[in-house]
Parts: sequence; structure tokens; C-alpha cells
Amino acid sequence: MSEATLTMDMDVTPQEQEKEKAGSSTFSRVARYTLVRMVLLFLMVIIGVYLTILIANMGGYVDEMRRGFIREEVSVAIFADESAEMKRMTSEGKKALIEEQVALAEKRLGLDKPFIVRSFAFLKDAMTLNLGRAEIMISDSGSSQVRLILLERLPPTLALWGAANFVLFFLGLFLALYLSRKYGSLLDKLIVGLAPTSAAPAWFYGLFLILIFAAILQILPFGALVDAPPPESTVSYTLSVLKHLILPVSAILVSSIFANAYAWRTFFLIYSSEDYVEMAKAKGLSSREIERRYILRPTLPTIITSFAMILIALWQGAIILETVFNWPGLGQTLFRAIGLYDTPVIVGSAVIYAYLLAITVFLLDFIYALVDPRVRIGGEGRQA
Amino acid sequence: MKTLKEITRYPSAVAGLVIILALVAVSIYALITMPYSEAVRLWRGGAEVWYDHPKTAQPVWMNLLTGDNLPLTIIMSSEDGAASKSATAVSEDRTEIMISFPFDYSYDGFPQELSVFFTAQYNEKQPFVSLSWLTPDGREIRIGDSSIHPSDTYRISQDAKLKRRLNGELPERGLFADPAAETLVPLKGAYELRVSGLVFEEDADIDAKLVIYGQVHGLVGTDHRRRDLRIALLYGTPIALAFGLMAAVGTTITTMAISGIGAWYGRWVDMLIQRVTEVNLILPFYSTLIMIGTFYSRSIWLMLGVVIVLNIFGAGIKTYRAVFLQVKESPYVEAARAYGASDRRIIFRYLIPRIVPMLLPQLVTLVPLFVFIEASLSVLGLGDPVLPTWGKVISEARRNGALYEGHYYWMLEPAVLLGVTGLGFSLLGFALDRVFNPRLRGL
Repeated sequence: MSEATLTMDMDVTPQEQEKEKAGSSTFSRVARYTLVRMVLLFLMVIIGVYLTILIANMGGYVDEMRRGFIREEVSVAIFADESAEMKRMTSEGKKALIEEQVALAEKRLGLDKPFIVRSFAFLKDAMTLNLGRAEIMISDSGSSQVRLILLERLPPTLALWGAANFVLFFLGLFLALYLSRKYGSLLDKLIVGLAPTSAAPAWFYGLFLILIFAAILQILPFGALVDAPPPESTVSYTLSVLKHLILPVSAILVSSIFANAYAWRTFFLIYSSEDYVEMAKAKGLSSREIERRYILRPTLPTIITSFAMILIALWQGAIILETVFNWPGLGQTLFRAIGLYDTPVIVGSAVIYAYLLAITVFLLDFIYALVDPRVRIGGEGRQA
Repeated sequence: MKTLKEITRYPSAVAGLVIILALVAVSIYALITMPYSEAVRLWRGGAEVWYDHPKTAQPVWMNLLTGDNLPLTIIMSSEDGAASKSATAVSEDRTEIMISFPFDYSYDGFPQELSVFFTAQYNEKQPFVSLSWLTPDGREIRIGDSSIHPSDTYRISQDAKLKRRLNGELPERGLFADPAAETLVPLKGAYELRVSGLVFEEDADIDAKLVIYGQVHGLVGTDHRRRDLRIALLYGTPIALAFGLMAAVGTTITTMAISGIGAWYGRWVDMLIQRVTEVNLILPFYSTLIMIGTFYSRSIWLMLGVVIVLNIFGAGIKTYRAVFLQVKESPYVEAARAYGASDRRIIFRYLIPRIVPMLLPQLVTLVPLFVFIEASLSVLGLGDPVLPTWGKVISEARRNGALYEGHYYWMLEPAVLLGVTGLGFSLLGFALDRVFNPRLRGL
């Protein structure tokens, strides 16, 4: 198991840290750490999105997208012009006018400039989620704005991943604690034995779950967000969504929980052989107290770091899981965009995913700052 | 050798090794019996390669499993002697050719389809054929007649007139149905299809091939395009192994080298590597692969390269860095530096050997990850356009509703192979981790 860690260093020089130690409250320290991380992550997002643009643009697609968009806008404007002057104009004259206007607009948007300059212009658009228009796909509200198409799909995605990760974290934590208490028991051995099954991703287990519960037993739906037609009342709508959540959430659980519980239980076991735990035992503290204050507390930063890696890996795999379960989220939209060859949507969703990943990393960093005493008390924040 | 001995103490490692060796054996078998071009031809050849296979037919062993007795495909041709053919001259320029296809039908299910494929040799005047069907209980059913082209197919199952004559029953059912039975069951016994043809030229000739498509086919069944899944399942093995191993070796070694360099030179090099790792963390992996697959090429080799590049700055880099930093401060490196060893010598002779025990379990554990990435790309429709892979079979099964329509074998076979491959490497990786990390031993 990789015990990989996110960098949690603050990028402040030792001198600054010394100054910090001299006299600042926990609050300002956490706030400062958070701010530094935020700025850093924002820089990371910019670089990430810029790389995305470079990848997408090497084939010239982003520029083609923009040129096509300009041409369409100009032609529509000219053909829709009902003024007397326009009516007198021949179709050749109109064509020449379109060419002229397109050239002007391209110049205005800098499309005649070298690629490096243009790529920064597109970076700005992408960062402000000004993602252009889709070629084929439209949002449920009828817009072809890529931003609207994608943002409309965000709630189902967040619902699925929120639910799954919530269950995964707490179930994993309790299972790991239970196993470390019952070290060597049958259940413990079983979970350790099952840990290698986590090599397969969630969608893989999804296929089997669909086969068993939807195709053979026919007790749960094959996929989608709600029943068709959607129930009228809010209560039955929610129940229907919950019913549809069971299989995808279970797929995520099955694919991660065993390795997760195994890794965390191992952390707990390593930490519970520390001297201070022995000491606490000798003092006669209750096992619950020992667990909470002497085992869980110091392992929490490590646990959160390891959970962060799982979370990020899960995000990355979201596209396929949503496709397999027909879950109308971002991933499935991206899958449909591939099928329809809708390039603006593909590029746009890459940008949205970069943002989502950055927000995830940031939230975890923030929680980390709250639980890690090295950040809170202002000690050596560097890990190595 | 000592390590090998230690590994054999873990039953899970032995199981993993057995699985991996079996997969390697299958790969070698696949590569020997089916060269690359042959595999691609059989998989993408088109209708002429697969036309006498049934559509989405279950594997033959399903008969044993379910206790049913579903029909296999019966193929008879007048060219290879399975059907008897006789020619009698009727007049000067007319010859009557009789082709008879006698066969026994003893299955409990109806066939999937019935087709007769004709090949005719003539110069100008088209030959004329009429077909009739003899059942075991002595009935004779006229199927139909038509004139034929040099290469012609008569799809008996799609003959609407015949369907009307059979009281609206589909021909493949009506021709086999037992008229005495209450329910629709096939009548078992000796059947015969008679083709009587008339040719109107001296050198003209007709040959015919009867295909009674079964409901089960081969060891692993067929897909919606009548392709034998055996090709994809067999050839998918070397592809999956090659992709997984190459990607794992590529990323692990590069990651190790980069983290070693970073830890050694420190300062801005280390800083840069750390930052790149963070950018890589938020670079959407599949989206990047999807963009590359959509905009440039879906070749498996390009994908392999991109997967390696995107994974170099992954989780492993921090783990290696920690160990390298620890070794860097150790006395023997200090001694080496004191006698004036070059940086390169220290990195390659002192740092890297120290890290190899960590590297091996990591490498083996990474293989399933990459095997599944390749399958994931296929499921997303970004698989290699020509190669038959497990992921592509899953993808096609999904798109054609294999689970809705009950063709479970179609989805399960590649999925089980994927799962077994993943498990094999994962089991071995876990055991290696324990062998090389004494801290984990006994936990």
C-alpha cells in the first residue's frame, strides 16, 4: 500500500515560522495556512487548465471552435439585418461583408496573433468558465452554452460522490477501528484477504452489481437518476433517487472499502504500540478514551491524507462509473460528448474537472490544517 | 532466491503467481497460434468472415450448466460433400441439379435462423432453384423458389410468404415445430432440405450451403456481429499484460529516478518536482486521455505513452522522496562523498539499490491499475480502433444491452478475465509488500 502524502508544507521560510511562533493565535495560523494553500492551489489550477488548453489546442481545435463561432455570429447578424441598405446588397456583396467582419472580429479576439498570446486569452476564458458554445449538445433548459450544460450536471455528480465518500470515510474509519481492536479475528483476516480486490475500479464492480441486482434479481434499477416518469411529490422523488443511488454507491464501497479498512487498521495498529498508549493503558483509561485521544487523534492527519488520495482517484474514475450507471452527471455528459464529437464540451468538462479536483484538494488541506497540530500550533510544518 | 523462498510462504502470493503464469502461458499461446494480422482480420474482417456464426450465441458449456439442450449450428455444403448433389440432363441446354441436405435434429430449442448460401456459375441465363423441406413425420413443405445470382443468399427466416404459409409462425420455428404437440416444441428426427435447381447453360453449375444457426456457439459464444468472442478474449490477454506491465515498469522507474534526482539536488529541483506533482494531482486524468484520444489518435501505444507520462508524478514520488532523503543523510553516503564520489555514482550505486525493495511491490501493485485503465478507455469508446481487447468486448456488450437482454456471458467473460488478472497481480503485490516491508509483517 502506498502511504503517499500530499504536500502540506506551507512554503514559508524558517525565519518567518520563528516569527509566527512568537505570537499569533491558532486562528490566524490556520487562516494564514489556508490562504497560502488557496493561492498556491489557484496557481496550480491555472497551470492545470493551461496544460489542458495546450493539449486540446495542439490539434487546433480550440481555435477552430472560436473561428466557427465568430463566423456563425457574423453571418446570422448580417442575414438578419432588415435595413434598406442591406436589402439592396447582392449575395456576393454580403459574402464579402461577412469575410470582412469575420477578419475584424478575429483580429479583435486576437486570433491573428501567435499561438502563445492566444493561449493566454483562452486561459482567461476557461478560468472564468466562459467555455463557449456546444456544437450539438444542449442543456435541459435549451441553452447551448457549455457552461450551462456542464453546471446543470453538477448536482447529480456531487450527490453521488458526496454520498459515496461520506459512507466510505465513516464506514472505513469504524471498520478499521473495530478491526484494530479485534486484531487477528476472523473478520480481520477476511478483510486483509479481501484487500487485494480493491485493485479493480468501481465501475468494474458496478457491472457485477447491475447483473445481480438489476438483471437477475430485478430489485434495483439498472441505472439513471430517478424512475421514468419522475414521481410528482418531493418525498417519492427523493426516495426514488435514493433507490437509484444504492448500486453506484455500493460499487464505490466494494471497490475501496477493503483496502481502505486494511490500510487504516494498519496505521491504528502501528500507533497503538506507541509508548504513550501503553502509558495511557497503565493509567487505567477506558479503551474508548484511549482510542479517541491516543490513537485516533495522532493518526487523523495520516488518515485524511490517505483518504485524499482515494478521493482524488475516485474523482478521476467518475466518468466511467457514471457512464456504466447511466447517472446523468458530468461524467456521463462527457461520455456523450465523446460520442457526439462535441469538442467544446470535452474541453469544458476537462476544465470543470480540474476545478473540482482543486476544490477537493483544498477542502482536504483545510481539514488537515484543522487536525494537524503542526499547523495549528505552528511547529515544523514540513514533512519529509 | 531468498526472497522467492519467502514469497512461497504466502499462499496468496503463490495463487497470484499461478494466475500470472497462466496468463503469460495464454498470451504465448495466443501470439503463436494467431499472428497480429490474423487476429485483426478475424476481429474486423466483416460479414464474410463471420457469416456462418449465430448472433449473440451463448457458449456451448451453458447447455451443461443449465441442463438445456439448445441447438448448435449445423453447416452443410454441397462443396465439401456433406450434402449430396446429383445432376441429370433434362434436355440439350437444361440440366437439373438436385442437392439434398439430410440432417438429424435432436435439440430441445429452435434454431436462431436458417439461411441457404448459393454460388452459381453461368454466363448469361440465371439458374432457377426451388426449395422444399421434409420433416421427420413425412410432411413436405414448399419453402420457395427464385432465380439466383453468382453469389446469393436465401434467408429462409426472413421469407414473409413462407411465414404466412406456416400460419404466421417464424420459419425457423414453423419448419421445426411438432404439429401434434400442444405447445411450440421442436420435432426431433431426420429432416431434409431439398434444393432442386435448373441451369440453362452447358457449363453452368450450382452449389449450396445450408446454415442452421444454433443458439450456442464455441467455447465462449459470439457477439451481436456474429464474431467469435474467443478471438478477443484470447488476444486480449497479451494486450492487457503488455499494457499493464509496460506502463507499470515505465512509471515506476521514471518516478524513482525523478524523485531520486529531486532528493539529491534538493533546492529548486526538488521544489519544482513537488509543484509538478501538485499540478498533476489536479490535472483530470481521464479528461486528458479523452481529449488526446478524440483529437489525435486512439492507438494503444500513444495511450500507453500518455498514461505513463500522467502517472510519473503520482503518489509514489513522495514515498520514494522520503526514503531517498533518509538515505542521503546516512553515514555511508557521507563517506562516499568524503572520498570524492561523483553525484552520479552516489545516485546510481547507493541511492537506487536502496530503493529497489520498495519499488518491486509498488510495481506489481500498479499493474492492475493500468490493466483497468486500458479497459476503462475501451469502455469509454476510446479503445484502440483495430485491436481486440477485453475492454472493447465489455463496451460492446454494454452498448448492445447484454445485461438487459440476458446475454450475461458476453459481459461476464471479459469482466472475469479482467478481474482475475487484477487479482493475480494484486495478491502478489500485497505479499511482496509484506516481504520487503518488515514493519507490515504480522500486521
